[in-house]
Order: sequence, then structure tokens, then C-alpha cells
Amino acid sequence: MADKYFANKSELTKYRVKNIVIKTLLYAFLTIFALFMLTPFLFMVIGSFIEGAAFEKFTLYADFSQLGFEHWSFENYIKVFATTYLDNLGNTVTRPSFAQYFLNTFIVAISSTAVTVVTAVLASFAFARLEFKGKDLLFTLLLATMMIPGEMMVITNYQTTIMLNWKFTFSALILVHGVSVFYIFYLRQTFQQIPNELYLAAKVDGVGDIGYLMKVMVPIAMPTIMTIVILCLMGSWNSFIWPTLVANGNWAVGKSLFGINYDMRLVSNGLMSLFSSEIAKGQDSVKIAGSMVVTAPLFVFFICFRKYIMSGVSRSGIKG
Amino acid sequence: MVENLNERTVAVENAAGGEENVVFDVTKARLISKRRRVTLPQWATAWIVLIPALIFLVMFMFYPIINTFFMAFVEDFRWVQGAGSFALGNFISALSQPCQSWEDGIVGGVCEVYHTIPAFGFGNFVKVLTDPVFPKTILNTIELVIIEVPLTIMIALLIATFLNSIKALRGLFQTIFFLPYVTNTIALGLVFNMLFASGQGGLINMLLSNLFGLDPINWLKSTSVIINDELTLAPATRFAQGVVIVVYAVWNGLAFKILVFMSGLATIDKQYYDAAKIDGSNAFTIWRRITLPLLSPQILYITITSFIGAFKMYTGVMAVYSGSNKGSYYFGGEKGEEWMPVVGWIYKQLEENQNQPGIAAAGSLVLLCIILLITLVQFAVSKKRVHY
Repeated sequence: MADKYFANKSELTKYRVKNIVIKTLLYAFLTIFALFMLTPFLFMVIGSFIEGAAFEKFTLYADFSQLGFEHWSFENYIKVFATTYLDNLGNTVTRPSFAQYFLNTFIVAISSTAVTVVTAVLASFAFARLEFKGKDLLFTLLLATMMIPGEMMVITNYQTTIMLNWKFTFSALILVHGVSVFYIFYLRQTFQQIPNELYLAAKVDGVGDIGYLMKVMVPIAMPTIMTIVILCLMGSWNSFIWPTLVANGNWAVGKSLFGINYDMRLVSNGLMSLFSSEIAKGQDSVKIAGSMVVTAPLFVFFICFRKYIMSGVSRSGIKG
Repeated sequence: MVENLNERTVAVENAAGGEENVVFDVTKARLISKRRRVTLPQWATAWIVLIPALIFLVMFMFYPIINTFFMAFVEDFRWVQGAGSFALGNFISALSQPCQSWEDGIVGGVCEVYHTIPAFGFGNFVKVLTDPVFPKTILNTIELVIIEVPLTIMIALLIATFLNSIKALRGLFQTIFFLPYVTNTIALGLVFNMLFASGQGGLINMLLSNLFGLDPINWLKSTSVIINDELTLAPATRFAQGVVIVVYAVWNGLAFKILVFMSGLATIDKQYYDAAKIDGSNAFTIWRRITLPLLSPQILYITITSFIGAFKMYTGVMAVYSGSNKGSYYFGGEKGEEWMPVVGWIYKQLEENQNQPGIAAAGSLVLLCIILLITLVQFAVSKKRVHY
């Protein structure tokens, strides 16, 4: 085989050596960058298990003996999920546990995803399949809003939230971002790829527009809808700015109706409040455990839906 | 037996040509015909299905855009909490009943000062541009964006090309490089804060001293750090803090870019590469003449979105300082303004200066102008460079 392409054996060897060298360099480069990507995660996993005192010594003096398994425990995690702790004076102080932040985030993530998906499916159906006056104008308007930074809207939305008495309520977290122009576009593109013949066939069978949407379009567009659901859920888990403005404290309804102080923070804000709380003061390993607790569910989610997430993100990226 | 009133017997021609009696239920037939009758015209269905989205769009997007524009151009606009109206309405009520909405108009419950109708003008913009901090935040953001975005795109392009040319372990590498995408910005920001801890043993300082024999560096702390009797570190320099912010931004941004470039590379026809190989082109020429032009739509897309996204950076910068427990608006330095990005300033204004939202609104309009400018420049450049 090889003699067809190479004049003599030495040239073939040269080619092979060159190939091996290049491959080695490639893998070396990729491995270095993979380590760069992984180091923070490894640091987080290990750091979260090392007891406070040992972690202090490790980070201050680079004493590797402190990494030994005898210093590993769940102490940090117990502190993260603790609802009470003793302060400097020996008094018992209650604080919201991370389980509560999880619950809040689940509530917000699931309901806001549901709202976003419903509005996106309905609106993109209108844009993709139905004819109506003003369609082009409305669509151009939507296109234009995509150019405008969300910060501009946040300023007024914040006032609207206060005016509606929505500050410190779940409505502010769920409804204010109840529609996403980007997802409407994304879904519209998938809907438009569905052949027109199906629509006409459904019409002949006496299926109305809504029936067609639910029975034909939604099942066909399921992969895209799943992508939107996944991106929405991950977005809620990560949202920080808006919750900081409107939900960084106790739930207003809980206070007025039931007289309870229920901390309605989501995980990101919960994490920030953990960092500054007494329980983590000067205890870096507790802060790291908190970070781990917030990251771990995302990782489990990622492992379960790896293919969906990766293909979905790249598809939404290209079509965006 | 009682006859079912809803059943009719009808003679129907059967397949064989003869007649056959068929019994059918009239209610069902009526249902079908009724359903057909109710069918709405398309335009009506369209507006009905658009209603949910439109309600949200109008309330939380269209109205806010108009309102923010409006507030930015009204001189000395005061917004009063609890006045019970939208900002725009607040303004209108200020026109009709000045004292109810203007705090300083009421003295001892009696209306003393009647405000004249507020003038439109550029007062807020003057305030924003002469603000001691705002111009600096724009420079901060530009500095970070100009370093971070090209760096991330180049590294991502390199990694994607390399990944595309290997077979073994490709899936594993791809997954590893994607991991930063599925993380929480605050959580990993804290981890970077710890990695760059000022003490000797922050992992980065440890590597620097063990591998290169360097003194530890104070990366992030605005105060001096005492390591031991002989060594006290000066407060973190602007440069050192900038390095941490950029490293975190690159680490965070690579995942998405690599993924998009990889899927772009996958669509390039193998025939081009085969043809180039037959022509004896070397690897760099192939990359320069085939890969790059055919990947240019993805590169353009990534460049535009990352420049815009990077201009709106906030959480990533703040998260790097999250370990210092100084709240959501601390960005290094003594006053927390060292690396404050534009968006950080806007939110700080919004929360700390609630009754004067005009200033934050003007700031956000400046941001809008910058973003539009970038987009226009990039589209102009891309017209010549992008190969579709």
C-alpha cells in the first residue's frame, strides 16, 4: 500500500514519525486544556470534603498532608444544610437551610419553564402556520426587541414589580420572564419545517387549528421543545440578577397570610447569603461545600441528558 | 324495549353493490357537524393563541422599553414608591396633581410647592457621563471585553480544530470541555476566588512558587495580606484582579464556543479535505483556506453574540469577588469599583437610587448604543469576510 504513495521506505518512516509527533502534541495540548477545565471542579470536590481546620492549613501553607482521608468528612455539608447554629455568644440561631433554597428553585424553575413553553408554543404556531393581518409587523417588532439589552427592561420591570406588590413573591420570579422571544423564534423555525401537506390533510379530516397544533406539530417538534425545557430549567437554576432585585429575602405572602418568615431566595442568592452568613465566616471549606451543593444537581442533570443538552445547545446556538 | 331516539337506520350502498342497513348515532354526527361549524377563521385563532405571549410581551418588554426611554429623557424624574401607579402613570399623575407624587412638594401634609411640568432633555445623560464611576465602568468593560472575547474565540477555535482531527477520546474531551457550561456562575466564581486565594497556598500561588519559585501574589484582596514575619503582600493590583476575571471568563466561555465550532466543523464536506490532500497542501494551508472560510458563519455568530454578551457581563465579575462577602455590587478595590462593569453600575444605581430611575435608564441607553454600534460594525466587516 504505502509504496504507492512514498518513494522509498525512509520517507514512509519520516511520515509516520511526523504523524506520531503531531498526534502527541495534539493530545498534549488537549490534555493541558482539559486539566484547565477540570481543575476547578476537582478543587471543589476535594475542598468540600476537607474539614475546616485542615482546609485552612492546606490553603495557607500548602500542606499536602492535610489532604489525607483522615481529614475528610461530611462536616461542611452538614453545616450547609443546617437550620440552626451556635453563634459566638453560644446562642442558637436559626437560618434557612439549603433544602429550602432547592425547593424554591424547583418551584420557580418548573413553573417558569411551563409558562415559557406554553407561550412559546402558542405564539410560534401563530407565526409559523397561521395567516393574519399584522403578522409581519409584529414579527419585526419581536426581532427588534432581541437587539435590546435586558437591563433596559429590568429597570421598569422592577418598578412594575413594586407597583403590583410583587416584590418578594413568586409571581415576580415566574411571570416577569414568562415569555422568551428567542424561544419563539427557535420554535417557529422548527414548526416551519413541517410540511404544509400535513396541515391540509388534517383540515380534510376535520381537525381544527388547535387540534393540529397539539396532535401533529407539538409531537413532531418535541426535540426542540425538550431543548427549550432543558435550557429554561438550567437558566432558572443560574438566574441571579433578577432574584437579587426582587426576591432577596423573606416571602411576602408567607409573612402577611401565615405570619411566617420564609426565606424565598433561589440557590444563587442562597449561596451568596451562605457566603456572608455566620456559619461560613472564615470557613472557606463550608463555602466550597455550598458551591458543590449548587453545582451537583446540575451535573446529575447533565449526566442524565448529556446528548440532549449538548445537541440542543449547539442547535440553538447555530440557529439563534 | 324502548327505542333509542338518537339512533337512525339508513340504507347505504355496500361494497358488493347491494344495499345494507346501517344504524348510527345521531348525537355523534351532530357533534362532528357542530365542531365543524365552530371552526374559527385563521386570523382569529392566531390572535387567540398569541394572547398569552402578547400579555407578557406588552407588560414586561414593550412597555418597559418605551418607559425606560421615557424616563431617561425626563429631567429630574422622581419615581415614588407606593404611589400606586406605573412609572409612566406616575409621571402623568405628577402632572395633574404635583403634590401627591413629588415627595418634596408636600410640607406638613399641605401642598406647598407646585412643580412645573418636568422638561424633556439630556439631564440624565449629563449626570451619567459626569458620574465619578460610570465612565470608568465603560472603560473597565471595554478593557475586559477586548481581552477576553478574542482570546476565548481563538482558544475555542484551536481546540475545536484539534478535537476534529482526532478520533480516540474525542467524546471524552468534548464532554470535559462542555462541563463549564452546566455550572452555576456564582458557585464556580467562588471556587476561582479560592484557587486564587492570596495566601501562599491558594492553588495558583502554590503552583507559581513550586514550579517557578515566584513569591505569592495577592490576586484579589483589597487589603494587604500577611503571609509570615518576612513577607507581607501589598493590596491586589488592578492587573492581578483583571487576570483572575479574564481567566474565569475564558474558562466559562469556552464550552459554548467549542460546541458551536465543533458542530460547524461537522457540516464541512470531507471532499474538500480530500481534494486539498491530493493537491499536497499542508495542514496549515488546509485550515487557513478551507476550515476557516467554511466555518466563518459560526465564527461571525459567535463573535457577535460574545461581544454583546461580554458587554453585559456582571455576574461573572461579581462572582470572582463573592468570597470576600461584600455583597452583590463589589468589584474589587477599596470602594468596590475597581473592575465594576457597566451593568453592575446600572443595577447598583437601580437598587440604591430607587426614586431616581432616570439615571439608571440613561445608563442603560448608553449601553444599548454601544451594543448597537458593535453589531453594526461587525455586520459591516462580515459582509466582506463571511463566506456563506
